[in-house]
This record gives sequence, C-alpha cells and structure tokens, in this order.
Amino acid sequence: MFSYYVKLAYLSCKRTWGMTLLMVCAIGLGIGASMTTITVNYLMSANPIPHKSEQLFYVQMDSWEPNNTYDDNGDAPTQLTYRDATYLWQAQKAKRQSIQSGMAAVIEPADKEVLPFMVQGRANSADFFPMFDVPFLYGSGWDHQADLKKERVIVINAELNERLFGGKDSTGQTVRMAGEDYKVTGVIDRWNPKPRFYDTSTGSFNDVEDVFVPFSLITEQKFGRSGNTNCWKPTESGFQAFLDSECIWVQLWVELPTAQDKDAYFSFMNAYAKEQHQYGRFARTDNNKLRDVMQWLEYAEVVSDDASMMMAMSLMFLLVCLLNTVGLLLAKFLGKASEIGVRQALGASRNDLFIQHLIESGCIGLAGGLLGLILALLGLEAIKAMYGDWIRDLAQLDFTLVAMAIGLAIVSALLAGLYPTWRACQVQPSVQLKSQ
Amino acid sequence: MLELVARLELGPMFRALMRNKIGALLIALQIALTLTIMVNAIFMMQERSQQMARASGLDETNTFYLSNTVFAQNYNLKTGLQQDLQRIRQTPGVVDATQINAIPLSGGGWSMGLQTKPGDDIEGTGTAVYMVDEHGINALGVELIAGENFQNSDIGWREEGSTKWPPKTIISQALAEALFEGDWKNALGKTVYIENHQPVQIIGIIKTLQAPWNGWNGVERSMLVPQQLDNKGSRFFIRTEPGRRDELMPLIEKMLAESDRGRIIRNVTSMEQTRDKSYQEHQATNTILLTVIIVLTLITGFGIVGLAMFSINRRTRQIGTRRALGASQWQVMRYFMLENLLISFAGVILGAAGAVGLNIWLVATFSMSPLSPVLLVIGVVALLIVGQLAVSYPALVASKISPATATRGRA
Repeated sequence: MFSYYVKLAYLSCKRTWGMTLLMVCAIGLGIGASMTTITVNYLMSANPIPHKSEQLFYVQMDSWEPNNTYDDNGDAPTQLTYRDATYLWQAQKAKRQSIQSGMAAVIEPADKEVLPFMVQGRANSADFFPMFDVPFLYGSGWDHQADLKKERVIVINAELNERLFGGKDSTGQTVRMAGEDYKVTGVIDRWNPKPRFYDTSTGSFNDVEDVFVPFSLITEQKFGRSGNTNCWKPTESGFQAFLDSECIWVQLWVELPTAQDKDAYFSFMNAYAKEQHQYGRFARTDNNKLRDVMQWLEYAEVVSDDASMMMAMSLMFLLVCLLNTVGLLLAKFLGKASEIGVRQALGASRNDLFIQHLIESGCIGLAGGLLGLILALLGLEAIKAMYGDWIRDLAQLDFTLVAMAIGLAIVSALLAGLYPTWRACQVQPSVQLKSQ
Repeated sequence: MLELVARLELGPMFRALMRNKIGALLIALQIALTLTIMVNAIFMMQERSQQMARASGLDETNTFYLSNTVFAQNYNLKTGLQQDLQRIRQTPGVVDATQINAIPLSGGGWSMGLQTKPGDDIEGTGTAVYMVDEHGINALGVELIAGENFQNSDIGWREEGSTKWPPKTIISQALAEALFEGDWKNALGKTVYIENHQPVQIIGIIKTLQAPWNGWNGVERSMLVPQQLDNKGSRFFIRTEPGRRDELMPLIEKMLAESDRGRIIRNVTSMEQTRDKSYQEHQATNTILLTVIIVLTLITGFGIVGLAMFSINRRTRQIGTRRALGASQWQVMRYFMLENLLISFAGVILGAAGAVGLNIWLVATFSMSPLSPVLLVIGVVALLIVGQLAVSYPALVASKISPATATRGRA
C-alpha cells in the first residue's frame, strides 16, 4: 500500500509540478538557512570537554577598584593579579591547578638555512596537561618540580614538531627559543578544543598554541607575555612592580572532583579575600566566583550575538516557508477534491485518504530536506569564505546535524501537511460527484 | 465613501474572502512575518553600514605597517630602531614613517584614562594611546586642526615596564570634546592627568584618529604620546606616495630583513587589509541579511502567485459568468488586485506590530538601538507593492478567461 501511495504522490506532484517545485524550494531554503545558523550556534555552544566539564572551575577573585566594579553587572574580573594567582596556585588546595597566561617568542631552528619564526605559546603550570586531558603523540608534560625549579622545558604541538624535527619523536631534543635552549618533554597530538575554553580572553575559537612552557619562567622575562592586561591602579615602573601590581592578566583553573571539594575550595578563596581585605585590598570580599566550564563559557559569551540573532532570523524564515507550504498544499489538495470524491465513492476510507496525503506531504518534505541539506552545505561554505579562518571548525555538519536537518524537514512538512490533509478528507463525495 | 466601497465591490469581495478564510489568513501571516524580518534585517544592515562608513582619520589607501621582532642577543634596540626608520624614510616613494605601538582598527592596543583634575577617585575618560615620534602625524596622514606637532626634542624613550608619561600630548577632537564638555577648542594648552596624578599638556588637536577597537563606543577617542619604545617587538607605520604602496610593501620588507639578520620582519599589512579584516564579520553578516531579505521576498511573492492561481482556477466558471454578465477584463483584474491589497493590508498591519515587537526583543537581548519609524513605513509600502506585482500575473490570466466558459461545463 505504501509504495502505491508513493506512486500516487509522484503522479500528483508531476501533474502540478510548478506548485510542487515551489514547495520543495520553500522548504529547502527554510531548512538550508536554519541548518546553517543552527550548526554555527550548536558548535559555538558545544561542550569542549564533556567528560569532566563539571569538575573544572575557572577562578575569579574581585581584586578590582574599591569604588567601581569590574563590569556593569558587578561581576568579578575575568582574570587574576599575578600575586593572587600565584598564592592560590602555590597553596595547591585543589586536586589539580593550572596557572597560565599567553606568551610569544621567536624560535631559531637548528638548521641555519631556515629563517627564525615567531610562535604563539602558553605559559602554564604542569597540571595543565593532565587537567585538560591533553593527548600526547610523544612524551608527556613536565612535573611540578620543573615548575618550582624554573626548568627550561617545552611541550610543542605536532605541527611544530613536523617543522622542526620532521615529525620524529623529539623528546629530549632542544628547541632554541628567545635565545635559550628548551628541552622538549612532549609533543601534543591533534588537539583543538572548540571553543578554546581554557582561554577565552584572546579569541574563543582560536587554535591551540604552538608551544607550552612553565609559567614560573615568566618572571625571568626572557619571552614576551601576550593576552589582555587590565589595570585600575597606577603602578611604579619596572617588572617587579608590575608583578606586585593590581593589574589582572593571569588565569587560574582548578580541578575539583566533588561538590565538597568545590565548597572547600570556595571557602579557601573567600578566606584569602578576607585576609587580604585586612591589608586594604579586596573591597568586596564576597564577590568571588568559581564557574565550571559551561558556566564560564556562557558567562564569557562565546556564542556571538550575531550568531544568535541570525539563528532567530532564520527560524522565522523557516516559519514563513512553512506557511507558504501550508497554503500551497491546501490549494493543491482542495484542487483534487473531485479525485478524492471518486476515491471515496470507490470505497477508500478517510483513514486511507489521510495516510495517502500525509505520504504526499512527507515526500515533498523529504525532497525539501535533501535540498535544504545541500543548501546548508553551500551556506556553511559561504560562511567559511566570508567570516575567515576562525570559523572553520564551526561550520561543519556532523552526523547529528545531518539527521537533524532531515528530521526537521520531514516534521515541518508533515506539520505543514496536517491541516491541508485534514481538509482534503472532509470532502463530501456526493457533492463532488454531482458537480462532474 | 460608501459609494466607493460599493463601486469597488468590497462587500462581495469580503464575503468571498470569508469563505476561504484560511487561504487569506496564510497569505496575510506570510506577509506579516516577511515584514517583521525584513524591517529588522534592513535595520541591522544599516547599523553595520554606518559603523563601517566612519573614517579612521588615516590616509588609508597609502599606508601600511609591519612588525619587527628582535631575537638576537646583545642587540642595540635604540640604534637599530633609528637606523631602520632612517632607511625607510630615505626609500624613494616613502612619504614618512614612524614607530608606533598599536594600529588603528587592528583589534589590539593600549588604552588609558585621562582626567581633568588629579586624584585617585576620579573616573577618567578612556582613550586609545598611540606612541609616535614627530613624524607620527605625517606618517599616519591625520589632520592637525589646532596647536602644533611634537618637536624632535619632545621624543623620549619608554623603557619596558615603565609607567612614566611624557609631559606633552596631542589628542583627537572627540577626546577633547569628551574631556571639556563638548568644547574641543578649549582643550588646547590645558593640562590633563594620566595614571591619576601625572600631568600632561595638550599641545595639539587632530581631527580624527580611530582607536584599535571598532566595537568600542569610544572608538573616536585617541591620544598621541611622544615616545619611542625600545622593546624587542616593535611596529613601523609607513606612508607612501599615492599609488606606490603595493610596490613598496615587499621592497621595504626585503630591505629591512636583509639589512639585519638578528630580527624578523613579519605581518606586512596595508591599512586597507586591516580595515577589511576589522569589519569582516560586519560585511559577512550584511551579505547574509541581504540574501535572507531577497529570498524571503521571492518566497512570499511566489507564494502569492501560487495561491492566486489556485483560487482563480477554482473560480473559472464564476469569472466566466461575471464576464458574460458584462464585467470588463479590467474589472476582473481589478477584483483580484484589490483582493490582494485587502489581504496584504491586514498582513502589513500585523507585520508592523511584529517588527516593533521583534525590535524590542532585539534591543533587550542584544543591546541594539530602536527601529526608525521611517524604515517601517518604507517596508510596509515595499511589501504592498510586492503583493500587487505578484498578483498581477494571475489577475491578468483571470481577466483573459472567456465569457463562454460560463456556458461550458467544468474546464
């Protein structure tokens, strides 16, 4: 019976091909536009580390001006001062803790023929690698002792390893960077979390850095810091004065496996704020925050306004396309009133007719969905071309999204077909037969 | 009035519409949603276009910059910098060059707060800081509208990590207005305070110089500071004679790279590229919005055509009868045109309300500004025209139906 109805649907669509084409195009365009924007939003708001996102917390302490809060909502600053971050890190009160900031330096390849080049890196403590489950191709990160002893150790990514060592296991080798030799302890395998949750201050969708070095080396001033620095209090000149200043530029992540751990750590932070309050710092001692990965990404607003606005627009666009389809299907089915009358007179039940016409709507939906999928692929390509590199990984359909597109198309088409189908089944056979 | 209603057959038309409520309602809803989306999308495009149209103040077509990163040990940064600048300035075709700490519109830079009185608890006016030498104004191509440029003797070295500021500055007109309650001329010669207490005298005012951040609401506020940095990373900003930029960019890159192997020259970028990159998202969003508007209008238009064709097919016999009873072709056409106008009218009224509603939501959620009523009126008129255009073909087909159809059976 099903295949017979599909055949009927095909014949009916062929007869009114103009209208059918219009409906398929409308659904296709609506689905295409929606899927394009849904994809970007879905990937922007993805959980980059799903298995432990609830155990990783971003530390915020309100060390900002006594008279003004950091932002208009009165929230705590998004980074820490060097002194607060190092204090919390040195206390080692969490299971793991990563103190970090951006850095940049010039690498001089051993091969003198190759020109020196600039790399973007991260200065972080040893826990960074196990905390964020960084996959290693060779070797591993460094240990806590290396942090404390300020050892010249380095972790590089696979791309840089390819460039410097031809892709071979380079652990134990040295890299000449910023005029000093660094010993390679490990090579990171493909790892590119999107959003790059561990640092949203310099582009939430940037690629992972080329090199990683111990944060403690920052005080040696051999390589440059990078990232955002915000100060509210004038400071004296010189690097030591800067480290002691109220400028915020350091980030701290902690791993706290249980709710008790979190509560204990939060109390520890607040106790520290109260203690500092006695020395004239931390005007607001109760404004510290401990946000987990997803809470932090939401707070940092990694999903751009443009993306959400576009999604709202495209869903409304889909609605217009569906209204269009409802109208056209209604017209089409009512135009078949006499045919329906004949079928009824020949013994087709309302149920049969209902299924027959729902199948017809479903077929149109399927065709529209396939068209929509193609349009979504084109749309995503266009987005990649127009928005540039950073969106590259956010404009890809995965299996879930493809299934969602087809599902959305069929559900929309069936919804759109429901009313016209019901109307078609209300046809009185006698009236239709008489008018012939 | 009543006479007009009778003459235009509005009564029978309305009753006919009531018999096919759903069809009319669907068209009206489509038009309403189309208007809602269209007006807001155009409004969003306008906002972006206005932002993009703001002048940076620079001689954008003839300027470029590059980064100079020193890695060699024991490199004399001060001498190296002076030599580099001299080499660049002596290159034929170069108008002027300066070292600068940040590039307008590039997204990265320095900001500070200025205040008219010294003191810790005063909230300063935020401004972008550009550190340049006496060649800065000429190299950037900004216009000095009051006061004077820096002298060579004003220029000092800023050691890395220093927080000391020189005693003179040149500020943008917008910053002067922000500091002196709209009276920028009053700013000349005045002393303002940086880092809460350090006095700085305003010796000149430039017309426009945008900050590095295009989304900042203080993007027009900037200050020039007579300092040179002896950092390992520095930037040179270069202005060329008209039309010679593209030829000089690789030339100067090569010249610098070969003159000294203890550093690398990178990011050689023109100001035009920087502007394009800075507004890339704006541009892309506008393109998408425009596509949405066009496709949406087409869909709605074709939807109207489809439904009108259908209703005309169903009414072939009635139309034939009307023609047989003496209605002219024009009267038949007018009937369908008017019917569409009636439906569209209901649609645009609903749509206008929807557009305002969506705008209120957008304003609340995404800090957009409120919609201009003129745009709404334009949208309404545009959609009424689209409706009329869309229905004109089916109406024409209807008017061609022969009176003889009435006497025949179903076509």
